[in-house]
Amino acid sequence: MTKLGKAVQSYLLVTPQTLVFLLFLLFPIVMIAVVSFWQFNGYAMVPAFSFENYLNVFQSEVTLKTYLNTFKFVALVWLFTLLIGYPVAYFLSFYVEELRWQVILFLVCTIPFWTSNIIRMISWVPLLGKGGLVNQLLLQLNLIQQPLEFLLYSDFAVVLGMVHLYIIFMIAPIFNSLMRIDRTLITAAEDMGASGLQIFQEVILPLSAPGIAIGSIFVVTLVMGEFVTVRLMGGGQAASVGKLIQTQIGSLQYPLAAANAILLLVVTLMLVVSILRVVDIRKEL
Amino acid sequence: MRRQRSPVFYSLAAFFGLFVLFLYGPMITIFMLSLQGPDGALTFPVRSFGFYWLGQVFQEQRVGNFIEPFQRSLLLGALVMVLSVGCAVMASLAFRRRFKGSILIFYLTISSLIVPSILISLGIGVVFQVLGVQTNWFTSGLGAHLTWALPIAFLIMIGVFNRFNPAYEEAARDLGASGFATFGQIVLPLIAPSVVGVGLLCFTLSYDEFTRTSLISGQYNTLPLEIFGMTTNVTSPALYAVGTLTTLFSFSIILIAFIAYSLYSRRQRQ
Repeated sequence: MTKLGKAVQSYLLVTPQTLVFLLFLLFPIVMIAVVSFWQFNGYAMVPAFSFENYLNVFQSEVTLKTYLNTFKFVALVWLFTLLIGYPVAYFLSFYVEELRWQVILFLVCTIPFWTSNIIRMISWVPLLGKGGLVNQLLLQLNLIQQPLEFLLYSDFAVVLGMVHLYIIFMIAPIFNSLMRIDRTLITAAEDMGASGLQIFQEVILPLSAPGIAIGSIFVVTLVMGEFVTVRLMGGGQAASVGKLIQTQIGSLQYPLAAANAILLLVVTLMLVVSILRVVDIRKEL
Repeated sequence: MRRQRSPVFYSLAAFFGLFVLFLYGPMITIFMLSLQGPDGALTFPVRSFGFYWLGQVFQEQRVGNFIEPFQRSLLLGALVMVLSVGCAVMASLAFRRRFKGSILIFYLTISSLIVPSILISLGIGVVFQVLGVQTNWFTSGLGAHLTWALPIAFLIMIGVFNRFNPAYEEAARDLGASGFATFGQIVLPLIAPSVVGVGLLCFTLSYDEFTRTSLISGQYNTLPLEIFGMTTNVTSPALYAVGTLTTLFSFSIILIAFIAYSLYSRRQRQ
């Protein structure tokens, strides 16, 4: 086939997929940006070019508070998914010896990801509720006199729920980059007399940094836009940017919701860019 | 070389065990609570054993319907499966060569995964509103599901083609096969196990999708949306029974995907 023919073929092949993303990803986001300058007359949105929505967003005290709360969730969920996810991925890639078992155990970690998020969250209720299993156990052991209330419908529950839902997004990229590390490097380090801790610090950790970065990008972006976990596990009090936007959509204030969504997108992109500045992930792609 | 298992191994193994318990423990509790008799409640202890609540799911419900949303989700899942696999296989074929704009398209695809999901929901909702079209699970809902399932299908297919030996294709072409014939008779049979697996995974992704669809499913709910509605209304173990049934359904799809993949690829090796 000619060079031109090949190029045409490539473009034809990527057309359907690109169309899907243009129609349902790019165009909607452009429309959000447009609508964020429109106005709301109490019933419907009216085309306009006003900065009123943005002024509203930046002047509102709620905005800052909600962002601070969302950042708190992001930081906590990121920290826990990393602290739990890294040892899990490290165990799978360096301590499970047969490839077959590595695959099976990795699948065991992955399967819940393919099931319903809603059900996974509801599942915590009989464990953490006021009359739940954890409280029953603690009461019986006489460790507490009153059921602990903070276990469910609290910030604690929100973080727990999100770690449970999103940890696979941290484990998979870290596992991937750990599996790619050339094992002869470890042997070389051992031969030169490095201790186990030194090998981890000087060889394994730096080489798995891109995996950590990719996992962090996933976790950070997923948590930034979260509103379902916050609603189901936070029980009304907990706030997040996603939930704020969802409430505004519920009351049909699309232009205000759009302005908030654009701000959310900008903040999220800034977080992604700053992660990319710390770690170079191009080798992984 | 088989090393002596160190204390580090045992502590990491124990940590891994706890992690698996953390992943599956909550699921197991609702399985147990859904297998109760009519006197069952939402919390432990399990009062009696029975299938009463599983049966209740199929009865007429005061607070929600299970059958019709389930049918909708099945149909939508099938649509998403076919479209995602079709688009992803085509695009990943193209991505075996560098072409102008390929990096841009790659980033567009990845950004679909990392854009906060509320923007998808709001954006598609706004587009439909501005165009004056009613949102519906099989139009706006389908679009939202594709933004989630398609990038994942694409990434997996890229990985599949990375391990694909192009020699077979070149041989077919040298023997005079056309582009379509090469694809249909050589490439497709070779990647078929992965295609089936990816398709079924896309199906479960769509079947369980909630956040991107939540605001734009229109008048009729998909199953996850119906279940979300039930969480605020239903105060009987019927809620757990629904959860148990749909989770078992997802599990069996994953199992079928896995079995189909391994049977298929074993047959190929023979």
